[in-house]
Amino acid sequence: MIEVQGLVKTYGNKRAVDGVTFTVKRGDILGFLGPNGAGKSTTMKMITGFLRPDAGRATVDGIDVAEDPVGVKSRLGYLPESAPAYPEMTVEEFLGFIAEIRGFRTPAAKTAQVDRAIKLTHLAPVRKQSIETLSKGFKQRVGFAQAMLHDPGVLVLDEPTDGLDPNQKNEVRSLIKSMAVEKAVILSTHILEEVDAICNRVIIISQGKVVADETPAQLRARKPGARLDEIFRDLTRGDI
Amino acid sequence: MRHITPIFKREFLGYFRSPVAYVFLIAFLGISVSLAFSRYGGFFRAGVAGLESYFTFFPWMFMFLVPAVGMRLWSEEKRSGTVELLFTLPVTTLEAVLGKFLAGWAFLAIAILLSFPMALTVGYLGAPDWGVIVTTYLGAILMAGGYLGVCSLASAMTKNQVISFVLSLGACAILLFLGFSSFTDTLEGMLPLAVADALANFSFITHFDAFTKGIIDPKDVVFFLSLMGFTLFLNVVVLER
Repeated sequence: MIEVQGLVKTYGNKRAVDGVTFTVKRGDILGFLGPNGAGKSTTMKMITGFLRPDAGRATVDGIDVAEDPVGVKSRLGYLPESAPAYPEMTVEEFLGFIAEIRGFRTPAAKTAQVDRAIKLTHLAPVRKQSIETLSKGFKQRVGFAQAMLHDPGVLVLDEPTDGLDPNQKNEVRSLIKSMAVEKAVILSTHILEEVDAICNRVIIISQGKVVADETPAQLRARKPGARLDEIFRDLTRGDI
Repeated sequence: MRHITPIFKREFLGYFRSPVAYVFLIAFLGISVSLAFSRYGGFFRAGVAGLESYFTFFPWMFMFLVPAVGMRLWSEEKRSGTVELLFTLPVTTLEAVLGKFLAGWAFLAIAILLSFPMALTVGYLGAPDWGVIVTTYLGAILMAGGYLGVCSLASAMTKNQVISFVLSLGACAILLFLGFSSFTDTLEGMLPLAVADALANFSFITHFDAFTKGIIDPKDVVFFLSLMGFTLFLNVVVLER
């Protein structure tokens, strides 16, 4: 469960995130929508403890990120934008490193965890290949495997389907959906159909502020008959 | 502190997963050995069974070579975005800094110890004082740690490896030149004597010299260890900012 209260982050004189508040419960898949530069990634970086907020607080399972960052980080899985990974390592080595840091120290526990993640994300054909030689789709899946390796209760995914082909997108979506029953998931995207496909809640953020927080059905009902991207454009007019 | 091990392991093996390690080891050993045998080193001319002519160039070579090892420590993580991955894993900044530093230091120690054929050579040619050779190796490894602390700090300040290298080189050069009388004389002209004297105490050469003569002076050991401690502390501060 994620609780975010009045998060603020300022870069220079630009307010990237301006008082964002929301909660995500177990079983929720929250779609985080907004134009580029609206503050989606910055908000996620503050929840995951990579950036320190200038004001407000974020808690995961009741633990404040500012007070116990390591506690929060061990409870959540995070896929950063464009899935960074150490390019010279093989998929297996990389996931092994993550497993060790996540506390799976014995060789048996480590292998079990790595095998499970590789199986879930269908990485078996490339497990001995170094990450720099992988295609974008595979790289994204490595990032995904890394995020869910320790079976966290909370998943934060920054554009998990970015750069994937339609088949891979479908696959990642069904993976997220199948896992979300007992997890709280936040995923950012700017693909509107994705929200319809997997999310049961939508937050639209524009110029650092939340402008809509509702179910996809409610979002549609704002302007019956209109396409989702029209509604999106109406809501985020300030960013244009 | 239990997360240091995986970070250390990844970083250390990382040197060998890319050509960096091999290029560095070959360059380091090639340059250091040829300098010893050159007319500047005078390995044979000295007529002494010792490694002084080999180690006398170390402070100079470290000025260039340690920044080459240290420049990637943080700059590369920042550039490729893996720093975001690392710091959203359940590790503290101190663990990450120590793990990476120790990996780099261990790599440098291996590079230094791989010069053992030089020691074997003097052992074959004469009867060297093995005690002196051991303290010299110890001093060289400590000095490498001091240099690396400076370079790790410089690397944390930028995501550009070239800037990181230049910053490290500049800082290392200053720490090196503080030991030369011509340099300190100039300082004495500009600064009060006490300040100039205090600054001269920060030189790598002054503190390394005793080791090459077989003396382990606690003052020198403390100098290198506290330099590492101080730079690594600043390293944590810079990364958490």
